Amino acid sequence: MNLRRDVFQAIADPSRRAILMLVASQSMTAGAIAANFDTARPTVSKHLQILTECELLKQEQNGREIYYHLNAKKMKEVADFIEPFRSMWESRFNKLESAMKKHKKK
Amino acid sequence: MKTKIHAEDGKQELFITREFDLSVEDLFTAYTEPEIVEQWMGTKVVQMENKRFGFYQFVTTDPKGNNHVFCGTIHEFVPNEKITRTFEMGNTPFPVQLEYLVYEKLTPNTSKLTMQVIYKTVEHRNQILQMPFAQGINWAHNRLEEITKSKNISR
Repeated sequence: MNLRRDVFQAIADPSRRAILMLVASQSMTAGAIAANFDTARPTVSKHLQILTECELLKQEQNGREIYYHLNAKKMKEVADFIEPFRSMWESRFNKLESAMKKHKKK
Repeated sequence: MKTKIHAEDGKQELFITREFDLSVEDLFTAYTEPEIVEQWMGTKVVQMENKRFGFYQFVTTDPKGNNHVFCGTIHEFVPNEKITRTFEMGNTPFPVQLEYLVYEKLTPNTSKLTMQVIYKTVEHRNQILQMPFAQGINWAHNRLEEITKSKNISR
């Protein structure tokens, strides 16, 4: 049975989110990515495979090396990087509004 | 989606805009009355001098008991119009940021806030943007713990 591969499954894992953040700034080889984690290399490879299968990462052959880079278009589908930042402010401002309304009733 | 973020690629600034069901006076009060700031920022207000060259300092205690200090200096303070201030997160490698807060009256009962935040570099801005992406789940969890704790205390 094939595991369902979708972007939401991919970003549900903290290590995979860390990988995405890492390659967001520049393309990297699997080795360079793995060097940033304490986990075993095969574990990182598995994460890279999942991220590639759901198209969040793209592979690019450069000489002998395979570089991974972020597929920005696919990232957008995950309501993009900014969404958690936005919702953090949204909830803050919602609190501001209700705190102020409560304050005025006093 | 009342809150909008505008962060252009390759720029070291971002804009946060939000329209409120509050008069501009009330919106401004929510930013300047320590008791109310504490409620919506979820922080303790240690000091807040609402004037030009005034100093402000917030302290947030996380569930582990660690204190996080946020502070800065106010450079412009025009009631119901604007606040310009620096913002610094203590004990973090993040450089000081500059915040331009503009308050606008839309109708007698609605208002708009535009917050322009300028970071030292594009990379710093992007790190700040991505912080909740990586930590959102943890923060939500911590926040939940905090709320549960405070409820237990008040009982």
